[in-house]
Amino acid sequence: MAMATQTEKGRQMSPFFQQIIGIAKVLLSIAATMLGLLFVTFFIGRVMPIDPVLSIVGERATKEVYDAAYIKLGLDKPLIVQFFKYVVDVVQGDFGQSLRTGFPVSDDIKRLFPATLELATLGTLIGVFVGVPLGVIAAVKRGSWIDQVARVVALIGYSMPVFWLGMIGLLVFYGQLGWIGGPGRLDIFYEDIIPTVTGMILIDSALAQDWGIFRNAISHIILPACLLGYYSLAYLSRMTRSFMLEQMSAEYVITARVKGLSEWAVIWKHAFGNIRVQLITVIALSYAGLLEGSVLTEIIFAWPGIGSYITTSLLSADMNAVMGGTVVVGLVFVLLNIFSDLLYKVFDPRAK
Amino acid sequence: MNVFNRLLTSAAFGVAVGLTSFAAVADTPPNMLVIANRIDDVTTLDPAQSFEFAGGDASRNIYSRLVNFDPADLSAGYKPDLAESWDVSEDGKTITFHMRPGVKFASGNPVTAADAEFSLRRAVTLNKTPSFILTQFGFTAENVGDTIKATDDMTLQITTDKRYATSFVLNCMTATIGGIVDMKTVMEHEADGDLGNEWLRTNTAGSGPYVLGSWKPNESLTLTANPDYYGGAPAMERVVVRHIQESATQRLLLEKGDIDIARNLNPDDVAGLGGVDDVKIANELRGRLMYISLNQKNEALSNPKVVEAIKYLIDYDGMANSFLKGQYTVHQAFLPRTYLGEIADKPYSLNIEKAKALLAEAGYGDGFEIGLFVREAQERIEIATSLQNTFAQAGITATMTVGTGKQILGVYRSREHDIYVGAWGPDYPDPNTNAGTFAFNPDNSDEAGATGLLAWRNAWHIPEMSNATLAAVEEGDRNTRGKMYEALQREHQMVSPFAVMFQKNEQNGLGSEVEGFSMGGAITGAGYWKVTK
Repeated sequence: MAMATQTEKGRQMSPFFQQIIGIAKVLLSIAATMLGLLFVTFFIGRVMPIDPVLSIVGERATKEVYDAAYIKLGLDKPLIVQFFKYVVDVVQGDFGQSLRTGFPVSDDIKRLFPATLELATLGTLIGVFVGVPLGVIAAVKRGSWIDQVARVVALIGYSMPVFWLGMIGLLVFYGQLGWIGGPGRLDIFYEDIIPTVTGMILIDSALAQDWGIFRNAISHIILPACLLGYYSLAYLSRMTRSFMLEQMSAEYVITARVKGLSEWAVIWKHAFGNIRVQLITVIALSYAGLLEGSVLTEIIFAWPGIGSYITTSLLSADMNAVMGGTVVVGLVFVLLNIFSDLLYKVFDPRAK
Repeated sequence: MNVFNRLLTSAAFGVAVGLTSFAAVADTPPNMLVIANRIDDVTTLDPAQSFEFAGGDASRNIYSRLVNFDPADLSAGYKPDLAESWDVSEDGKTITFHMRPGVKFASGNPVTAADAEFSLRRAVTLNKTPSFILTQFGFTAENVGDTIKATDDMTLQITTDKRYATSFVLNCMTATIGGIVDMKTVMEHEADGDLGNEWLRTNTAGSGPYVLGSWKPNESLTLTANPDYYGGAPAMERVVVRHIQESATQRLLLEKGDIDIARNLNPDDVAGLGGVDDVKIANELRGRLMYISLNQKNEALSNPKVVEAIKYLIDYDGMANSFLKGQYTVHQAFLPRTYLGEIADKPYSLNIEKAKALLAEAGYGDGFEIGLFVREAQERIEIATSLQNTFAQAGITATMTVGTGKQILGVYRSREHDIYVGAWGPDYPDPNTNAGTFAFNPDNSDEAGATGLLAWRNAWHIPEMSNATLAAVEEGDRNTRGKMYEALQREHQMVSPFAVMFQKNEQNGLGSEVEGFSMGGAITGAGYWKVTK
């Protein structure tokens, strides 16, 4: 009886309630994913053969200093208690203090993530606006010289070590030609002049209407962004090409051609229209990959981003920082997934 | 034109950059010193807690100390800084410092004996990692009220638990932990009885040539000149230390004139800068030593002939001229060059025949098997490989065990190694810092657990030499004390189970116009206030 009423109710539920439940479901899945992520990183962190106390107090510390730090970190408590306490803190927005920088992890991330966001966004834009058209053309003109060129470009992108390419880029465009700024986000001379609003220098300098700094920031970001853009382009163009090839041989494309539609309309309206959904997933994944931070690119270009932060923290057993960074990266993945789900609904009438 | 430019930039910056030159301004401004360095080891700027290289560099330029080294003449030893002069009592236990009059902190507060009292007491009470530099003189949180005392505004008295060489105490006062902080400013920022520890982590309150501008961990550290510095305002009004991890990147920036000093160049990049105009290479010997030590619990290794043979089985010059080129020089005594009592004797070189004869005398003519314990660092593994090679030529089969710092140190501290491939950096600028660990082991029993002493870690039983080390600590006359360390090291070279092999040589790339920069030698941190360009 009760069951029946419930189903009855369910059927009659207003769209508003359905939406609430939908949102609740999404939030719940985010929470579950994040908890799993925390659990795994936490325990991996604890079994690593690195001593976090030693990395704070140094090798020469006396036993009393060592013990005091050990207890202060709560390492004397059982693992499960430590984990539970950590989760409670995280829920309140407290990731703890980074052992390595001495600052709250949330402050570090607030400072570093915008640098990564700025670089990854620009890189992805370059990847999308060059890679996708390249992939489409390569598919349409299959076997032509354009297709071959696109293939070579992508292959080089896959196989060239970013370290080498970045260094050569710096040597040529900064060292020899002097067209661009060197490593770092700005010339040292310009640092600490504009107020920090978003942490993204391009946006902050535009807000402050300081075009000198804006130009300087572009001259610094352009090479690493092109580099990341190139890697994302290589991937996106290959994926676009294969999606397009599949569509181009489909019957509806032949029908459209028979109908006498222009080649432009056939390619961009019909075939491309059908791969948009797949493409969004691929782009979102590639974007998320860049937002994780590209360690080598950050190191070569002295770019203070999240990738090298997590890596160096990991190497010095700074688990608060590693877990904080991982949670942020995890959140980025989840949010981008939700975002691409939303875009599906816009582009694909069936998903509505 | 301007509008056009702006439109161009905002509309199509990606393309535009290829066509227009956004080239950076070449050459740093004349009143600004820009340094590329690895600063990711800085965790705090509190002088009572800071114990890392980059933090020590910053601290040296921010905090004046009672006595200090002159960056232009490090070998002269300590000189008056905030203390203008000092007297030592008859029994050698009490030192009375007379403060320099008219000196002000960057905040404007006058520097008084009360500030010095506060700073030293604070360092002892906080009891952070470097506190042993002060507490080794018998200061404790309980007794600082009596032992560290300002008797009036301009006079500070410190009383040690027994007689120590004055040079020992004063050398320790030049360490980072001897930095004098502005009591009033610090106590305004005290939280939960932490004596301002948290605030001083990211802020500074000193009377030195510079004040902290900003510190962004792993990114940059900016110092601005203190125009009221009693020694005269520094020529460089701003010093920016930027964290640049990669040697090749530092080199590129230096070649382009975007930085003045590159602190972490690898040998390839140093060589590459050889022919470049407007760049010069500076060399300074630093405190770090590379050594191997032989565990005396191992039967073969406890034989003095075997110990001597092994010292002849090390290819000192071969290593220094190949993979360590420029980074290390051959050095065979436990005190780094530029320390009081340094010696330059190098009695050992690679001599397979002599080693074979010694091994035969010891009854190991057919060689033996032994383990080499190495931390996973490039240069140490290369050294161990070279040792394996030369040992094998005399029939000794060495097996390498490579592990993380925690694993290998664990083995070393519990005296379970055979041969340890190690590095040692002095903790404070007095010879006792190394003598007290390489040549001091009053109780060799396992129960003593003196894991901090290298001699104990190698189970080296040396009651007499330990006494000699103690005697050197108490010798009041500085020259006599130096002679004692010379003699101690010569004996150590012959009998100890340590083979000191190399001393660190730091190579920095400098813009050719940079003068007066000091890395701090083996004894202290970098000094920026005498730099001109």
